[in-house]
Amino acid sequence: MRLQRLRGASLAALACVALTACATSGSNGSNGDAAAAADTDEAREPLARGLDYAANPDPFPSTYRGLPRDNMAIVGGTVFTGAGQRIDNGVVIVTDGRIAAVGGPSTPIPAGHRSVDARGRFVTPGVIDTHSHLGVYPSPGVQGMSDGNEATQPNTAEVWAEHSLWPQDPGFNAARAGGVTTLQILPGSANLFGGRGVTVRNIPSVTMQGMKMPGAPYGLKMACGENPSRVYGSRNSSPATGMGNVAGYRAAFIAAREYKAKWDKWREDGEGSPPTRNLELETLAGVLDGSVLVQNHCYRADEMAVMIDIAKEFGYKITAFHHAVEAYKVAPLLAREGICADMWTGWWGFKMEALDAVEANAALVDAQPNSCAVIHSDDAELTQRLNQEAAAALAAGRRIGMNIPEERAISWITLNPARSLGIADQTGSLEAGKRADVVIWSANPFSVYARADQVFIDGGLAFDRFNPAYQPVSDFELGQPGYGVSAANVTQGAR
Amino acid sequence: MRLRTLILAAVSAAAVAAPALAQELTAITGGRVLTGTSVIENGTVVIRDGRVVSVGTGAAPSGARIIDARGKVVAPGFVAVDSGLGGSEISSVGGSDDLTNGANTISASFDVSYGLDPWSFTLPVARLGGITRAIVVPSHPGGSGGHNHQDDSDFAGVGDGGFQSPSLFAGQAAIIHLAAGTDILVKPRVAMVAPFGEAGAGVAGGARGAEFVQFRETLAEVRLYARNKAAYDRAGLRDLSLSRADLEALIPVANGSMPLIVTVRRAADIQQVLRLAREEGVRIILDGAEEGWLVADQIAAAGVPVLLNPISNLPGNLETRATRMQNAAVLDAAGVLIAIKGNEGSVHRARETRYNAGNAVSHGLPYDAAIEAITVNPAKIFGMAGQFGELRPGAAADVVVWSGDPLEPLSIAETIFIGGAEQAPTSRQFLLRDRYARGGEEAMPPAYIR
Repeated sequence: MRLQRLRGASLAALACVALTACATSGSNGSNGDAAAAADTDEAREPLARGLDYAANPDPFPSTYRGLPRDNMAIVGGTVFTGAGQRIDNGVVIVTDGRIAAVGGPSTPIPAGHRSVDARGRFVTPGVIDTHSHLGVYPSPGVQGMSDGNEATQPNTAEVWAEHSLWPQDPGFNAARAGGVTTLQILPGSANLFGGRGVTVRNIPSVTMQGMKMPGAPYGLKMACGENPSRVYGSRNSSPATGMGNVAGYRAAFIAAREYKAKWDKWREDGEGSPPTRNLELETLAGVLDGSVLVQNHCYRADEMAVMIDIAKEFGYKITAFHHAVEAYKVAPLLAREGICADMWTGWWGFKMEALDAVEANAALVDAQPNSCAVIHSDDAELTQRLNQEAAAALAAGRRIGMNIPEERAISWITLNPARSLGIADQTGSLEAGKRADVVIWSANPFSVYARADQVFIDGGLAFDRFNPAYQPVSDFELGQPGYGVSAANVTQGAR
Repeated sequence: MRLRTLILAAVSAAAVAAPALAQELTAITGGRVLTGTSVIENGTVVIRDGRVVSVGTGAAPSGARIIDARGKVVAPGFVAVDSGLGGSEISSVGGSDDLTNGANTISASFDVSYGLDPWSFTLPVARLGGITRAIVVPSHPGGSGGHNHQDDSDFAGVGDGGFQSPSLFAGQAAIIHLAAGTDILVKPRVAMVAPFGEAGAGVAGGARGAEFVQFRETLAEVRLYARNKAAYDRAGLRDLSLSRADLEALIPVANGSMPLIVTVRRAADIQQVLRLAREEGVRIILDGAEEGWLVADQIAAAGVPVLLNPISNLPGNLETRATRMQNAAVLDAAGVLIAIKGNEGSVHRARETRYNAGNAVSHGLPYDAAIEAITVNPAKIFGMAGQFGELRPGAAADVVVWSGDPLEPLSIAETIFIGGAEQAPTSRQFLLRDRYARGGEEAMPPAYIR
C-alpha cells in the first residue's frame, strides 16, 4: 500500500519534471516525496519543527500579488508571439491577467475590455533574463552590498540567493523600463556549487517574497572553469584545477545520493532515527529528484561535455549552460541533450575561457532542431537592452546567410529563457492561458531606437514611459542627488 | 545542409575580396553619406593615396574603382575614445596588459605607445564594428577599463577593481589607427590621464581634499623644475616628489599645451575640477562625468569637452547616484562637446560604441550629434580636427560602407577603408565561426578546417 503510494508520488514528480515546471502545485520541490510522507497511514510522531524538509517544503513562500489590472485588448500592433509567429495588425486579448486570445485584426474583442492602441508599435512577451544578480550585487555596489558570492568554500549549495536579495536595487526599475518582466537571480560563480537561485516577477516590492514567482522551480548555480579554481587555488585549497573542479562535483553528488537514499529509506520504513537535515545536501538531492534545475555557468565546449557526463553518472539533468561562449562548438550535442545555452552576443576576451566567443553563437545554436538558444545578461546594464543584444546576434546569423526571421529571434529573450527557467507553461509567449506579461515597444524591438513604452506583468501596468505614475522609484533613489531635478530630456522616475 | 551551403558561399565570397591598395583611385557612389557634420543623399566619396579627395554629389572620376553604395550608408570610421585597443589582449592575463603600470618612478611619464601591438586580435574585431581609430589610454583607478563582470567582481586581477596606481597621474595616451599592418601608432603622448573623485582621493590617501592639494603641489614642483633644470641636474634644487621623467612629462600639462583627461563622476567633483583647471591654467577633458548633466551649463561655460558612456544609468557607487541615460542629451543641448565611449574600456567591446550612440539618440540626443560624438568630436578633442573622423577633402580615408544605419545592431560594416586601404572583412572570431558553422558533424575533426 505504502509502496504503491510512493510509486505514484514518484511518477507525479517525474511528470512534473517533464513539464519543466510544477507551477500549479504550489510546492517548490518534492525531494523525499512529501506527499507520501504527509499521509503515511502509520501514526508516526512528526519530527520537531524544521527537521523534516517534507513537512514544510516551501519555507519562504511567495507573497506575490499582481498589480491592479484591467481586461484589455491590445490592438493594431505588430505582434511577435514569442512562439514563432508574427501577426501584423494583431490583437492580444488579456482577461483576468492571462492571455485569452491572440490573433489577426478580426479577433473578436470581448465586452468590457479596454482597447489599447498599438498601431505603429510592436507587441512582444515580457523579456526574461535567466542570469541576473540584481538585488544580490545591487547598485550601489559599495561595501556592505556585495552579497552574491558566498566564497568561503567551494560547495555552498546550502545558500539561497533569495536571502541576499535587496528589493530596493534601482536596477530592477531600470530592467523593467527595458521590458524585463521576469528574472532569475543567481549567486555568483566563485564556487562549484554557488547556491540556489530564485525566479522573481519584476514588480517593485518591499520584500523578496513579494517578488518571488509562485511555483517557479528553484535553480542551482553551478560553475565550471576558471573562477572556482582561481578562487580556491589561490588559497592553496581544492579545487585548484579543472580536474579538481570535477572531483568536487562528483564527491558532492555521491554524498547527495547517499543523503537522498537515507531519507527515502526512512520515509519508507519509518524505522530508526531520521537522518539529520542538511541544507547543502537537500539542494543537491533536489537536483537528483528533478525539483531543482541545474543552472550551470560553463564557458568552454569541452567542459560542457564533461558536465553532461557527470549528470549522466549521477542521474540528473542539466537545464542550462550559462555564459555558454563555446556552445556553437557543441550545438548538436546540446540540442540532443535538451540543454539550453544561455549566451551573450558581444562579451569576449575578458579571460581565457571567454576567448572563443563569436557573435553568431546564438544563431548557430538556434539552427539545430530542438535547440534552446537564450540571450542573457549577467549585468545590470545589459539586462536593460537584451533586445539589442538579440539584434546583434541576429545580424551575425544573417551575415552568414542564415534566414532567421525576427519572430523567431525574439524567442531568444522570451520563450527560450522561460524554458531555461522551467516556467514556459506560465510565461514567455503570447499564447492563450499564459500570464499576460506583455511589452509594447515604440518600434521594432530589434532596433536600437525602440523603447519599451508600456510593460504589463500579469496584465497589470508595471511601467509606462509616458506616465510618471507608472515609473516607480526605489526607496534608495528617493532624495538622492539629481532626484526631482528637471533638465531638458530628463524624465523623472526613469533612469 | 542548406545552412552549410549558404555559409560556405558567404565564406568564399569574403575570401576572394582582396584588400585594395591605398593608392588606388576609388569612388564610393550612390550611398547616403554621413560626412560627420552633414548628410548627403546619393553622394559620391572619392579617395586616393590614403586620403579623401572629394565628397559631394558629382559623378565618379573616370578610371576610378567604383564601389556601389546604393541603398547603403557611407560614414567616417568611428573613433574609440578612452580605449585600450592594441594595449591589452585578454583582460585577466596580466602579461598581455600593457596599459597598467605600477612603477613608482614612472607615472606621468608612462607612455602606452611603446606597448602597442599591431597584431592584436582585438583590432579586427573592433574594425568590424566600424572603429578605425582609437585614443588609447593607460589604465587608472576609477577608469572604465577592465571587465566588471559581476560574477567575477570578488576577484582582483580581472578588471581594474583591485588596481591602485601609486601616483596621481596614470600616464600618457596615444592615438592609433586600426588598419592591418606593422605600425598602428598615429601619434604618441596626446594627453595625460589623472583620476579624480573617489579613485583620485584613494591615490592621495583617502580624501578628496588631499588630492587637490597634492595636485597643486605637484604642478608647482613641475614649474619649479621647468624653470631650474640646470640647478636640478647639479642637485642644486630642493627635493621634488616626482622622478625627473615624470616632471619632464608634466611640463606640457602645466603649461597648458597637453590636455589632461580627468576621470571624474560626481557633480561636486566636476565643479572642483573645473575651478582647479581654471586657476592652474590646465587644459582638461572630463572623462565619465556621469553627473555632468547637473552642472551642464558650467561645463559648457568652461569650454571643457566630455568623454562619456551614455548607457551608464545605475549608481555603481555613491559618486554616481545622479547618473541618467539622458546625460549625453543634456550636455549636448547645453553646448558641451561630447564624445561617446564604448563599453568596458573599449577593447573587446569597442565595437559597441555605435550602439551606445544609438541609445543616446533614443534618450534625446539628436542623431547628427550622436554621429559627431563618435567621429568628428573625438578628433577635435584630441587635436586632430580635419585629419580623421570626417569625410572631407584632405582627411584620412577612413570610410565604412554600412548595410544600413550604422547605429543599428542589424546593420553591418560591409566595406572598410582605413587610410585608404581596404580591410579584409574577417577576424579570429569569424574563422572560429566558419569552422563550426558547418554543423559539427564532419568526418574529420574541426581542426582540419581552416
